[in-house]
Amino acid sequence: MPKDQTAGATSSISGAVHRDLKHDSAHKHVAGSAVYIDDMAEPKNMLHIYVAMSEKAHATITSLDLGAVHAAQGVACVLTASDIPGHNDVSPFAGDDPLFAETLVEYIGQPIFAVAACSLEEARAAAKLAVVLYDEHPALITIDASEAAGSVIEDSQKMGQGDAAAKLASAPNRLSGSFRIGGQDHFYLEGQIAFATPKEDGDVHVYSSTQHPSEVQHLVAHVLGRPSNAVTVEVRRMGGGFGGKETHPAMFAAISSLVAVKTGRPAKLRLDRDDDMIMTGKRHDFKYSYDVGFGAEGRIEGIKIELASRCGRSTDLSPAINDRAMFHVDNCYYLSDVDILSHRYKTHTVSNTAFRGFGGPQGMIGIERVIEHIALELRLDPLDVRMANLYGDTERNITPFGMTVEDSVAEEIMETVAETSDYRVRRKAIRAYNATSPVLKKGISITPVKFGISFTTKHLNQAGALIHIYSDGSVHLNHGGTEMGQGLFTKVSQIVAEEFQIDVERVKITATTTEKVPNTSATAASSGTDLNGMAALDAARTIKARLVEFAAEKYGCGKDRVIFKANQVFIENRAMAFDALIMEAYLGRVSLSSTGFYKTPKIHYDRASHKGRPFLYFCYGAAVSEVVIDTLTGENKVLRTDILHETGRSLNPAIDIGQIEGAFIQGMGWLTTEELVFGADGSLKTHAPSTYKIPACSDRPDEMNITLWEKGRNLEATIHRSKAVGEPPFMLANAVFTALIDAVASVGGYKISPELDAPATPEAVLMAVMDVAERAGA
Amino acid sequence: MTPATLQSHLPKTSDEIRFILDDKVHTVRGGDPTTTLLNYLRYDLERTGSKEGCAEGDCGACTVVVGTLKGDRVEYRAVNACIIFLPTLDGKELLTVESLKARGGSLHPVQAALVETHGSQCGFCTPGFVMSLYALYLKGKVPSKSEIEDALAGNLCRCTGYGPIIEAANLMFELGASELPEMGKKVSALKAIARTDTLAITGKSILTGGEKRYFAPVSVDALAALAEENPIATFLAGGTDVGLWVTKMHKELSTVIYVGDVAELLEITETKDAIEIGASVSYTDAMGLLGKYYPDMGEIVRRLGSVQIRNSGTLGGNIANGSPIGDGPPLLIAAGAKLVLRKGGDERTILLEDYFIAYGQQDLAPGEFVSRIIVPKPHQHLTFAAYKLSKRFDQDISAVCAGFGVTVEAGKVTAAKLAFGGMAATPKRAANAEAALVGNSWDKATIQNAMAVMKDDFTPLDDMRASAKYRSISAANLLMKMYLESTGDTATRVVGEKEAAHA
Repeated sequence: MPKDQTAGATSSISGAVHRDLKHDSAHKHVAGSAVYIDDMAEPKNMLHIYVAMSEKAHATITSLDLGAVHAAQGVACVLTASDIPGHNDVSPFAGDDPLFAETLVEYIGQPIFAVAACSLEEARAAAKLAVVLYDEHPALITIDASEAAGSVIEDSQKMGQGDAAAKLASAPNRLSGSFRIGGQDHFYLEGQIAFATPKEDGDVHVYSSTQHPSEVQHLVAHVLGRPSNAVTVEVRRMGGGFGGKETHPAMFAAISSLVAVKTGRPAKLRLDRDDDMIMTGKRHDFKYSYDVGFGAEGRIEGIKIELASRCGRSTDLSPAINDRAMFHVDNCYYLSDVDILSHRYKTHTVSNTAFRGFGGPQGMIGIERVIEHIALELRLDPLDVRMANLYGDTERNITPFGMTVEDSVAEEIMETVAETSDYRVRRKAIRAYNATSPVLKKGISITPVKFGISFTTKHLNQAGALIHIYSDGSVHLNHGGTEMGQGLFTKVSQIVAEEFQIDVERVKITATTTEKVPNTSATAASSGTDLNGMAALDAARTIKARLVEFAAEKYGCGKDRVIFKANQVFIENRAMAFDALIMEAYLGRVSLSSTGFYKTPKIHYDRASHKGRPFLYFCYGAAVSEVVIDTLTGENKVLRTDILHETGRSLNPAIDIGQIEGAFIQGMGWLTTEELVFGADGSLKTHAPSTYKIPACSDRPDEMNITLWEKGRNLEATIHRSKAVGEPPFMLANAVFTALIDAVASVGGYKISPELDAPATPEAVLMAVMDVAERAGA
Repeated sequence: MTPATLQSHLPKTSDEIRFILDDKVHTVRGGDPTTTLLNYLRYDLERTGSKEGCAEGDCGACTVVVGTLKGDRVEYRAVNACIIFLPTLDGKELLTVESLKARGGSLHPVQAALVETHGSQCGFCTPGFVMSLYALYLKGKVPSKSEIEDALAGNLCRCTGYGPIIEAANLMFELGASELPEMGKKVSALKAIARTDTLAITGKSILTGGEKRYFAPVSVDALAALAEENPIATFLAGGTDVGLWVTKMHKELSTVIYVGDVAELLEITETKDAIEIGASVSYTDAMGLLGKYYPDMGEIVRRLGSVQIRNSGTLGGNIANGSPIGDGPPLLIAAGAKLVLRKGGDERTILLEDYFIAYGQQDLAPGEFVSRIIVPKPHQHLTFAAYKLSKRFDQDISAVCAGFGVTVEAGKVTAAKLAFGGMAATPKRAANAEAALVGNSWDKATIQNAMAVMKDDFTPLDDMRASAKYRSISAANLLMKMYLESTGDTATRVVGEKEAAHA
């Protein structure tokens, strides 16, 4: 175009891509005016629902007497399995999650029946009047118990390459070990909630706090015995999700819908914190065992890794979660000869589910612990052992699942952050400190992250969007992604604003609803922006192409002479406001509405052989953490963390940094203070923040330096060459755990590998310290 | 005092709850007196900015600010609306996140700062953070890092990792002019609704239709009379425990006597030899003076609850309910504290440690109540240390809490009080370990002897906070820690004084 063609335009639009932009709801968040489901005005005749849960981990219900429940004050309706007109199942695919138990209960907290009453107090009090008799069976609560009993949710899976057994036999050094990795409660601040309103013809509208409106829609229809088109699911925002609102919300949406349809009254089901934590699944806890052979530099020559996880009572998403644990046992390290064996145990505990990282963190922390073990054995700096094992660019670049790593920047990122954090100098200083400090000991560690992006179930890698432009030039944006705080809506609105070259304030962000975009995938696997951003771009480009064609025809110029820039449209040498062109297009009978669609290219995977390319690309980052422990009490604290993380060409650096920081702290909580304790009877003992401790403000490291990698650029043609950000930085917290290992190892003069399990509570650290001290003395 | 004179304190009552909201007097009559402030806000007033995240005062999503008349000023403090009962607001000013909205709709500097620093992600915890920061803002000075961390310890955020929120706290005074309330106007508004008689509410249980009664006397004589009249009443102070009986255990409390308005019980006085703390004095008000004489005690009171909890909760309540895991008793027992109990017109004074008889059983007669705590000031030979072991440093219940008061004269231990919480069914002293110290020189060998015999003092339990093994080992190790701290400058603490960063 002529140089001066767009001279009249102001230089840019607000909310362009690659710029910081505030979360679209920030003002409403701080004003308390952002509406969550429980904030909506309650219709006068609305019913409140309470769900009654099993008190036994494994039992047959021999008698369920609900007479007193029905008769209780305020009760409008009592629902059991026999009241379900459709299918008694709310599982994502396996068909093994009954909405209400029929005769068999398989965890403490399993829904047996629901009561709808005029108030929550009445519903809860009525539920307590039920007389439930159980015939108890032996319950399998732990991984070890289920391992002994051979109780699984599916066959154990194997992945690998090369000849691990031969390399183990021939390697100059060999070590083995095992450790345990705890689970984690999501602790989204807004608990599970659904609010259903009956519509005509027996249809239902449900507000659901869910990451997966389409699945909720389909499962509600399935339970009601109606087609999906009878059910609409809507969600404007969630008060946090983290994976916990992927499969579980269907249960609550289905119960509230059943009540609404059955009574003809609106019905709300909001779990209180305790019921939420008891009733809904968590991150899987794992047992990790290894047998590793390695050379003098610590380079791994052969390794056998065995993973075992507690899946809980049903399949849920456990197959894919455990698969992802296998996908990430390598982290950034080339394992030429590797056998991975993964067991998925069925237990009589709540069915564990998706949680940020989706099994990846559990797989990844294991190899970092193996590296620490090797480094201690060889008296090497673990950083050097890590560097010796990194994937190569053109060789040593095949993952255990047969995918070629083409985009590794781990080495450069690690070197950079080691430099900027003064890792080597501080490591020396810490060793000097420890030599003269009898009680407090410090530790430091650097760990990298490589995390694969795409759903590993291929068909989920698709997304849809819908854009309308109204005749006044205002834009309505909708897509299948859901907003849980991650800034997805903000980023997608930036993408649309950029494409139309209009200020982002002119793009109306709207609630996710199954009425506008159908058959969507969960907002999960860090894929929200990658998928929905591309779908929205596709919709915007469709409309833009129509506008260009219209303008070119109307003003008699080539299509390449129609340029959108800075709230204006330049047509040859004419400039017109965007709004004006829209009105002209409307009068010219141009369609100003379009859907958009995207499917991720290149990916394929054969689960039978565990080979393929499950990921479009990998995300990279590295963190350095310094910790201090108290060898008398096991108390510990992270003193400083330096992070260098890449999000490709970031769409919104401020939001990405927020994701990185939040993910790191959440990961730190998983590995330190957050401990799930189950009693021998299978009851969860830590079901509220009084007993389950997520990080508080003062747990944040005193010094925290987070940097986005400036050179970041996705080699794949993703949305504006950005990369996903939701999950990968969670695993930056691995450096906290390995730094704790370093601190504990100081007690034994860095000669003994500590037996430290996660989470590293004061108790876990003290026991590891005492064990190292004893072994060092022996 | 005769029963007849006591009676004279009973009948003068009023039954209308009055508090200031949005500069207007807000009145409430009837209803269930154990309705929480949060439920009243959300479901009666439809002020839904304040959220429920836990209903137990641990997450802070429900944080509001309450103004209390203190002489000629109003003291503004953050509290958890989810566990305080609506009638306790009587005579106070309430500010919710909705109150911050200026007439022009512009954001308060606290809110603007949070927007500026990207301090919200999912936004659900945000109104609570806004109100905690607002309370901090009302102190009128730029807060230090530790003040910020302390002010926010009772607000959980699962999204941001806290960094941007801390940044907002640093920024809030830079955005716009200071918008502090007009004190004169606020004082007169509160004076106008100040009550001189007992608030007496009779409401109905929504569940049973049964009568529920609530009394809030303003004098200790009136309290004594009510207590004798209602021997099975539940005493309510800050509600940080009793509130949970309603929100978590779903108990129906038929008669509640609120002691938080009783003038005499709100007094904190310092004599030549002791500090006397009224049973209704909040942790916040007690913390400063306790910390002045017993720095470790101040720090542990800081850690035992968030700002919101400390603003509501009381040492008196912490003692009175007899919990084996309260942090107050072991610290106070180690300091040799006494308890003044009152029944009718009579007072008696006992050693605090004697108050705890067995699990769930205290030396408290029907109609009797805790009046005040007398904490002797430390004498020159006393070494005092206190420790709190928990999974998280701030706002966590202890696995082990220890208070050690050891008197060392001329190198020899002449007296020792080693008191523990979390180790037995009641707060309990380690008699064997104490005996191993007393009469011996204050050295490592003596400490090791005491550590060894401490195993005979306790048979702790395994629970979700820690195993019995950890409790036993760490409890003994704390004695060594105290010894090391008393004899050198070894860095011994991960947080608080003597921490690594200061070493």
